[in-house]
Amino acid sequence: MTTAGSEQNKAPGSTGGASGMSTNNNIRQPLWLLAELTYACPLQCPYCSNPMDYANFKKELTTEEWLDVFRQARAMGATQLGLSGGEPLTRPDLVELITEARKMGFYTNLITSGVGMDAAKVAEFKEAGLDHIQVSFQASSEDLNDLIAGTQAFKHKIEMAKAVKANGYPMVLCFVTHRQNIDQMEDILELAISLEADYVELATTQYYGWAMHNRDQLLPMKEQLVKAEAIAHRYQEEQQGKMKIYYVVPDYYEERPKACMNGWGNVFLTITPDGVALPCHAARELPGMDLPNIRDVSVKEIWQDSNDFNRFRGYEWMKEPCRSCDEKEKDFGGCRCQAFMLTGDPASADPVCSKSFDHHLIEDALKRGRLEAEKTVLEAKPLVFRNPKNSKKLSASE
Amino acid sequence: MSDPVFNASSIPILALGYRFQWEPMQDCNVLLYPEGMVKLNPAAGEILKRIDAHKQTVAELIAELKAAFNGAELDNDVYNFLEEAHDNGWIRAE
Repeated sequence: MTTAGSEQNKAPGSTGGASGMSTNNNIRQPLWLLAELTYACPLQCPYCSNPMDYANFKKELTTEEWLDVFRQARAMGATQLGLSGGEPLTRPDLVELITEARKMGFYTNLITSGVGMDAAKVAEFKEAGLDHIQVSFQASSEDLNDLIAGTQAFKHKIEMAKAVKANGYPMVLCFVTHRQNIDQMEDILELAISLEADYVELATTQYYGWAMHNRDQLLPMKEQLVKAEAIAHRYQEEQQGKMKIYYVVPDYYEERPKACMNGWGNVFLTITPDGVALPCHAARELPGMDLPNIRDVSVKEIWQDSNDFNRFRGYEWMKEPCRSCDEKEKDFGGCRCQAFMLTGDPASADPVCSKSFDHHLIEDALKRGRLEAEKTVLEAKPLVFRNPKNSKKLSASE
Repeated sequence: MSDPVFNASSIPILALGYRFQWEPMQDCNVLLYPEGMVKLNPAAGEILKRIDAHKQTVAELIAELKAAFNGAELDNDVYNFLEEAHDNGWIRAE
């Protein structure tokens, strides 16, 4: 579990095994199917990784179309199914999708804000065979949580976390951290302990979509991170054997990029609410994408033959310094979407890497974030919340 | 190494959220858990298959494995595996 959950989507961090008894083979299979069932969401988190212009995509896949995608991906070897969004609970056919996916043999993960859920629904999901529910929180206090979420949700989330546990699920909580809530690290972990969480993901905001738009207001500062990290590590030790805490360092503060998606078109397949197949959930915004749709082409053809899935496979596409780098097989040059957003060229090295010719862009961004943080409340840029009104306004002005 | 968790009378069960299944496309048994998968080698697969199938003590598990594998001396291997699997969070003792 390496990246953020819920409104921030999942990457296949741990797929592939954790021990000496797992074997590695080089057959590419879409082991991880992320089904973004809908862009509809009752929350308005300004760090959402959905595309800015999501309000323009209206025609969601039908139940039968989703089931067809599930069947195709399963036949190709997919084992993990992430049901995400938007907020997947807004799909009225969610129970049916879970039931059928579970019958196909998927390990089914529901990635939710908990808004729209009640105890009866959790029991219904259990009955349907759902394997795992992850509830996301925006902060450890009601005030800040609801401010960031853009709606009153905190108390309900607490209730839902308890209902998840009461139904025999491991309680997996996800906190997406950024400058505005990272100082709450201790309170966040105390909240998790009081809820008897089994797993806590301290996911860091990743700067795509809405989060990129709000980056100056969200990037944490170095001193915040140092403090938060020390607290997280202290709790990791104290809670050993009781609560598993995953702490992820924001990649802007790393010397090497993340092995994004475990390699492009390697194990990860996202299907957007309107049926576009993507190698990662942010790739819709890259230039030169054909954006094949499962309404027109089979999943197998898309996975094996499409330009989109092949363009950054392997190492041939790389430029310097990646091409001759002895670490390229470890991190695949980092994230293509981040490379594009920051440098304009999706085939350049992820600027997070200190070897990148564009690494100064990261340093500039951190400086801009600090300048913004030092402004008074009156001078500071307001956070832009993810909602249909802002989506339409911003995509029209582009 | 921490103290051993399992003895002859303890009952190993899969940890909460873990699922054991055969994966034809991987041609092996796997453990699935929230957002992850472990591919199991044949020995690990034989042990976990039995833990998944029914609740039994380690002694009974070993007896069952011996019956299936011509009385092979596998006690130590099973204990070692159980401790490793426990350290990985795959199973717990009841």
